[in-house]
Amino acid sequence: MTHGSHPPRVIGVEGLSRVEGEGSLRVEVHDGTVIDVALEIFEPPRYFEALLVGRHFTEAPDITARICGICPVAYQMSACAAMEDACGVTVDEQVNSLRRLLYCGEWIQSHALHIYLLHAPDFLGCADAVELAQRDRGAVERGLQIKRTGNLVMETVGGRAVHPVNVRVGGFYRAPDPASVTALIEPLRRARDAALATVEWVSGFDFPDVAGDYRFVALRDGDRYAIERGRPASSEGLDVSPAEFADLVVEEQVARSTALHARLEGNDPYLTGPLARYALNARELSPLAAEAAVRAGLGPVCTNPFRSIVVRAVELVFACEEALSLAESYSPPDPPALTVTARAGVGTGATEAPRGLLFHQYEIDGSGTIRWARIVPPTSQNQLTIEADLRRVAQGALELDDDELRWRCEQSVRNHDPCISCAAHFLDVTVVSS
Amino acid sequence: MTEPIASAPRDGESSSTPDLDPRPTLAVWKFASCDGCQLSLLDCEDELLSLADAVHIAHFTEMSRATVTGPYDVSLVEGSITTPADARRIRQIRESSRRLVTIGACATAGGIQGLRNFAASGLYARTVYAHPEYISSLDTSTPIAEHVNVDFELHGCPIDRNQLLEVITATLAGRRPVIAGHSVCQECKGRGTVCLLVSEGTACLGPVTRTGCGALCPAVGRGCFGCFGPAETTNTPSLAAQLRRQGMAPVEVSRLFRTFNAAAPAFLDESVAQGGSIPVARGVAVQLDGPEEHS
Repeated sequence: MTHGSHPPRVIGVEGLSRVEGEGSLRVEVHDGTVIDVALEIFEPPRYFEALLVGRHFTEAPDITARICGICPVAYQMSACAAMEDACGVTVDEQVNSLRRLLYCGEWIQSHALHIYLLHAPDFLGCADAVELAQRDRGAVERGLQIKRTGNLVMETVGGRAVHPVNVRVGGFYRAPDPASVTALIEPLRRARDAALATVEWVSGFDFPDVAGDYRFVALRDGDRYAIERGRPASSEGLDVSPAEFADLVVEEQVARSTALHARLEGNDPYLTGPLARYALNARELSPLAAEAAVRAGLGPVCTNPFRSIVVRAVELVFACEEALSLAESYSPPDPPALTVTARAGVGTGATEAPRGLLFHQYEIDGSGTIRWARIVPPTSQNQLTIEADLRRVAQGALELDDDELRWRCEQSVRNHDPCISCAAHFLDVTVVSS
Repeated sequence: MTEPIASAPRDGESSSTPDLDPRPTLAVWKFASCDGCQLSLLDCEDELLSLADAVHIAHFTEMSRATVTGPYDVSLVEGSITTPADARRIRQIRESSRRLVTIGACATAGGIQGLRNFAASGLYARTVYAHPEYISSLDTSTPIAEHVNVDFELHGCPIDRNQLLEVITATLAGRRPVIAGHSVCQECKGRGTVCLLVSEGTACLGPVTRTGCGALCPAVGRGCFGCFGPAETTNTPSLAAQLRRQGMAPVEVSRLFRTFNAAAPAFLDESVAQGGSIPVARGVAVQLDGPEEHS
């Protein structure tokens, strides 16, 4: 195909930074029109779905945690949920509440990391948080304080922040003693206040005027803001069980990516993550988080992907408040775990990782050996939408010079907090134009 | 035709800004891994900004879009070698680094993805991908030290952030890091944790696993599962015999040694002794046909 006599303008970033994992981005422009965009994922595949085959079903939470050092709890929770589903077990509310507390710790840690260290520097023209700290050390210190609190929750409940050791199929190895959970209350109050200041801070940033046309998918869990369980729902009225949802999701392999691209069968790409959760579940936010959203000027739905940083900050307030409430009402589950006996069958588990819906499916045999595994991380589900965003954002910003346009494109990818190690492993960005 | 005119530098290549900063330079590199070990650096919330004052963080993709050319005083390397491109990239990084420190189980022992070393050639790619021909991946996942000279190896899945700070401080000061090499078992004794192996018959790798985690698992009532790899001195046959006496089948014992540090020699040998399959290409990074660099 020819596109006039001018050479194309190509914007490329080969080692996309401030994302988790390795990938690149490429945008190609001919005669003032973006004709091709690609989010390329080069992260070397690690073959988790293959290496799980032959392992014992109780090993899945610890093994799959190693898919992602930033959201190991998400992997542990989805793996536990899938195995419990396969074995016909439902944990009681006390165990579930402790899981939710641990998961809130991960949301706090991951959202603080993304807002302060990965995303905010873009809005303020800084290469990184170190440069940002030279300008506003107080802001970065506030972010690190929130992040530390998230890690503290994970250490208290899970034993350590990266790859917690206390999680097992059926519950926990040991319930944390009440004094250690009570000790979380003060730091969580400070983190909640810092999170409120975060909403105010990020809502004052300048946002490019972009509106995405998204099909949102998130879990719904009655009147609670879904985190550790729920039914997949969409902005178009889908409401299904995790197993039914898994049947609807079609994954495709494309040459440019070691991550599989997910679509809903017979439908367009979809988006999971903070924007989707907010659109579907905003009514279930805690009072302070809901008020913060109103003050930040978020309507009932936010379709500007750059403003995802505001939504993430609102979720940060929510996660702090929720963790606070769970810590205040904590009583140790006794026993800390149900006994789960292997039963031959297939199980599905879906939870909300900080960056979006994560589901696992396993088939196990009667001896508890894993026969087959399927893991669909949020970034695989979001990848096509991230590319659609990139096209929209680049088309609206062609007046920028190459350096500025490249940065804007990178920022557009970072809007969705991609976790490329999850999806496979490295992201690169290139812009091409004429 | 189409030519990239505005590409940022790729890892390990020299370009971008020359470094005029007098501070020592620190670079962080990623190979096949989960990012958890480099996250441990960002998890040093109390020390991160002081560290960034004392050293020039010259290349750290997860943290910054700015990068300066090498050589670097210290390179921290996370992840294992699993592709032909990465086998080349690590050599470039070694050439541009005065000191190279590997961090974590992937970099020091091949990581959980090292389980592919025990599978038939190409099986894993065929299991996960409909088009394995699109994937440029080796049949093996190998530690960095099998490819280049490594100045210090920091173990753990994940590494401990305090140990990481000690390694950075010591390496910059030109001394050997002080990192304990004794077992989790000894650490439990120090903490006063009741021995699960003896009192409850729980399978525990504590007697042969390197400390560093703080003996976390026995403290929550579960057996150690070997995140930090083999201790400096181990007697794995003795532990394996004990586990067998307690009723574990050989296949279960073998599996216990084969998780995040399956390629570490002491664990590898014991897993094979218990009847586990022999690695397809032990210690050899097989070069498969496939695309060269992806860029």
